[in-house]
Amino acid sequence: MTTETVSPLISLAGIQKVFGAVQALSGVGLEIHAGECLGLVGHNGAGKSTLMNILAGTLEASDGALTVSGKSLGKGYSVQDAGNLGIRCVFQELSLCPNLSVAENTRIIHPVLKGFAWRKRAAALIMDQLERIFPGHGISPVDIIGDLSISKRQMVEIARAFTVTETNLGLVILDEPTSSLDARVANQLLDYIEKITASGTSVVLISHLLGEILQVSDKIAVMKDGRVVAFREASEFDRSRLVEAMGSTLAAGVAPRRDVQSAQAIGDERIHMRPSGQPDDQTIRAQAGEVIGFAGLAGQGQTEALLEIFEGHGVLPSGRGGNDCCFVAGDRQVDGVLPLWSIRKNIGIASLRRLRSGALIRNEREQELAEAWKDRIGIRAPNVEAPILSLSGGNQQKVLFARALGSASNIVLMDDPMRGVDIGTKNEVYAIIRQEASQGRTFLWYTTEMEELDYCDRVYVFRDGVVSETLVGSDITEENLLQASFKQVSGAA
Amino acid sequence: MKRVQAFMRQHPWSWSFLAAFTTWAVTAAYISGTGGLALASTALSFSTFFVMVGIGQMFVITLGPGNVDLSIPSTITLSAVVSMMVMDGSNTLIVLGVLAAVGVGLLVGLFNYSLIRVLSIPPIIATMSSSFLVQSSAIALGRGVKIKPPLALEWISTAKILGVPILALLVIAFAIGMAVVLNRTIYGRSVTAFGQNTRAAKLAGVPIERIRYLTYTLSAVLAAVCGVFLAGFSGGSSLNMGEEYLLASIAVVVIGGSSIAGGNSNVPGIFGSALFLFLLVAMLNTFGAAAGLRLILTGLIIVGVVTFAGGRKESR
Amino acid sequence: MNGLQFFTSARFWRGALPALSLTFVLLGVFWLQPRAMSYFGLNLLFNLAVPIALATIAQMFVIAVNDLDLSIGSFVSLVACIGATWLHDTPLLGIAALLGCVAAYAAMGALIYIRQLPSIVVTLGMSFVWSGCAVLLLPTPGGSAPDWIRALVTFKPPYIPMPILAAVVLALVVHFALMRTSWGVLMRGVGGNERAITRAGWSVLKLKMTMYAMTAVFGILAGLTLVGLATSADANIALRYTLLSIAGVILGGGEFVGGRISPVGAVLGAMTLTLTASFLSFLRISPDWQIGAQGAVLIIVLALRAIVNRMEARR
Repeated sequence: MTTETVSPLISLAGIQKVFGAVQALSGVGLEIHAGECLGLVGHNGAGKSTLMNILAGTLEASDGALTVSGKSLGKGYSVQDAGNLGIRCVFQELSLCPNLSVAENTRIIHPVLKGFAWRKRAAALIMDQLERIFPGHGISPVDIIGDLSISKRQMVEIARAFTVTETNLGLVILDEPTSSLDARVANQLLDYIEKITASGTSVVLISHLLGEILQVSDKIAVMKDGRVVAFREASEFDRSRLVEAMGSTLAAGVAPRRDVQSAQAIGDERIHMRPSGQPDDQTIRAQAGEVIGFAGLAGQGQTEALLEIFEGHGVLPSGRGGNDCCFVAGDRQVDGVLPLWSIRKNIGIASLRRLRSGALIRNEREQELAEAWKDRIGIRAPNVEAPILSLSGGNQQKVLFARALGSASNIVLMDDPMRGVDIGTKNEVYAIIRQEASQGRTFLWYTTEMEELDYCDRVYVFRDGVVSETLVGSDITEENLLQASFKQVSGAA
Repeated sequence: MKRVQAFMRQHPWSWSFLAAFTTWAVTAAYISGTGGLALASTALSFSTFFVMVGIGQMFVITLGPGNVDLSIPSTITLSAVVSMMVMDGSNTLIVLGVLAAVGVGLLVGLFNYSLIRVLSIPPIIATMSSSFLVQSSAIALGRGVKIKPPLALEWISTAKILGVPILALLVIAFAIGMAVVLNRTIYGRSVTAFGQNTRAAKLAGVPIERIRYLTYTLSAVLAAVCGVFLAGFSGGSSLNMGEEYLLASIAVVVIGGSSIAGGNSNVPGIFGSALFLFLLVAMLNTFGAAAGLRLILTGLIIVGVVTFAGGRKESR
Repeated sequence: MNGLQFFTSARFWRGALPALSLTFVLLGVFWLQPRAMSYFGLNLLFNLAVPIALATIAQMFVIAVNDLDLSIGSFVSLVACIGATWLHDTPLLGIAALLGCVAAYAAMGALIYIRQLPSIVVTLGMSFVWSGCAVLLLPTPGGSAPDWIRALVTFKPPYIPMPILAAVVLALVVHFALMRTSWGVLMRGVGGNERAITRAGWSVLKLKMTMYAMTAVFGILAGLTLVGLATSADANIALRYTLLSIAGVILGGGEFVGGRISPVGAVLGAMTLTLTASFLSFLRISPDWQIGAQGAVLIIVLALRAIVNRMEARR
């Protein structure tokens, strides 16, 4: 379907993007031809979403050239410009107004839907598109978005991006569009992508499911650390080559998992809980000194299970409640960082009780604690009084680790904490986790990265809010994991 | 000079003292003689009441966006009415009256908190709804009864040592205590964490609900205590005595350099801005400005201060 | 969703709650005082509800974009003062002043959006400014309403009492504008997901300024109606409207954040609050408890709504 001789619809060259001290993109070049599906893969934090935001006009590139249909677009390229050029984007977080109906949300991206009977026209437009992409969708144009399930919202947003009124559709960017769709609906979308590219519209598909990418892409670009490291015809890739290009985060030959002997030297049971709605008799258990993985597709209830445990649900001995748990957030800005404080106060907040004498907090004790962890975990900052927001993302994440590990808690809950963290930081933290576990701490670790599960003694795979499979030791393989990720748990009990 | 600038940037409350001092100096120069000292003394007297409720409101505002206590004025009134009735003009019943007032504060705080928690409604709506009930109770109880405060209460609310009001000294001591609470206790740290990012604070182990409860109760109790002294100061309770404290309690927090977005507050600024607000009105009075003009200027200063200090700038 | 499901759904009950509350209070009034069930009775009961309903609608425009206007009461008072002085004596100056008010509100919306300021504090400051202007204009209660406004508010249409007619027209017009037009969708969208609106290429600044200007327009209507009914004005005439208008919006099913508002509900909410006051007087309860009863109604309705929401969450 690619047309090599024709000049590309979109070409990007030397695109750079800097957020504060973080270089998110360092010189990205890409070409997208008309009627082509470009698959974009890479680990979390590789810069895929940032790049697509620049293409959609919602972020401005720090440097670089963007050319669309031969026109060079420099500074001041905006969402309106993108809209006029027929570039649409389905962002990872939903861009619908939850208080408006399906039809009303359609009107928002189409200025021409106004005047007499606009509601009828908007409804017809979106219904027609939904019918084309997701036949049998069961959505009505008057449904309020906030009342719909996540997957239906996602369907509406995807369909909306493909609706056409006055400008024709040049490129649709889909950023993890299938993350909350079930397999059947996801396949409907993939079929539609093949259909629409055949009729001349280009699509950029970002997905962590390599199978999807290989199935529909004409070309595949692999991103790593803010650069495109491979950009070739899709036929030149298979799964293992893709994984290789993305770069495994593990040095070859290292077996991070403890061996069987030490696995037996494990202490008391600390957690025994059953997720609410678990249809069979699988339960989540954790003992002192264990590293337990929570896996599965993103957003299948892993975070909720961690939060439940944080509230004290299933924590043993049952009288202690959640006081024995500390939490390391993955979504730093939302769940972790206290933005107005220094490193010291951010670390100290989970240990205030131990830093007191009488009723007052001793600042010097807090400073000692912070200094000790700054050295141990390697937080790169001039001193512990530096504001936390002056740190890079990875170092902020280390502060959150220091907060948790510096506390007296025996159970450490980790909510995919390595999102967007560089490899160096990761390896430093992995080592500390292993070390702390060997001293008797229990880790519950939700992760979306396969490599991290290699550090886990036992893995619970989540699907639809419940545990679909428990994998132990050498059974923790990518194949087993993928299979379990899509497995529907039926009510055996 | 540079050092002064750096100091003022690091300590946002210093602006309010500078403003208070400037207004005082201008007015004192205009009236000349010993009038300036008398003015300072009066300013101290009046500002103590702003400070008392301002500190409570500050802790509430520190909890972050949407947290404002609108029930302060009605609590002041109800507590003044109740305490005057309990004291019944007798010195021996003062302690009982103060206890009754504190009881009113505890009840209002608990009620506010319960509304927020049980109905899961924004605090501003909860405190507004409860203020309706509290105000009504005050009106029903207090209509037509005008009880003089006990002499001892009147004395402590108005007496001065060398021109310095005793009450002001007490409130200064209290404010210092609250500054320590804010900065050096678990409660204070928790409130500040709450206001920066409630979810993050919760996940760092801060007992969110207890902190919220304590904070709304603190605000209500302080308003109640303020009501008692205000009644002592002005010779009894009246049904609109709390009215001006709705806007004033929020204004002193904002002008004092605390962040209205929460998570970053300071106690000294409450004092500076309470003095400033009073002195501003005094200055305009001295210059013979009309009442309307005084209001307009006060309003423009509040808007000017928030515009200058800015909202939360991070884009999220 | 079939018919039966709809009637048991949380959405239906949330929407029906304002109408049910008003019916409940109205039935109470009729039961206590059957004579209220007449043209003149209804006129009397709802006369003062009209300016409150207008102020509530004004407040609703601001709440729709996730802000709050703590100055609407003093603004309505100022408008009443302008109405009783300049508009009566020198109409052109009066009209210019009112237009100036609309511009000031739009500017306030722009300031709040551009500097990302908390609307509570800005409007609080502005409430001093409006009050100050009102005091300067009318230091002591007095003035007189222009005759044309008097004539308008005391007009007696056949069959349907004026306040009822006015409330219905108000509710329908605003409902149409906000809930039915393509323009209204954008306005509500700002409250729902500002980012989505920005990403679709619209100027949130312009939308917010428009909403604030609309607040001013309805605030002006409220002030003029009020001065027409009261025949004279004073600078504190409508201070209570600030809290009443917020209560009315919430009572009418509006949410504090998220752009979920209901113009019809807001008008019903304002009428319920007004009626609650009369209800007490029919019960021979001291008017001292008027505000308290309004607070109680608000709390009860919010409690019912919490129950409905919890029912929904359980499903």
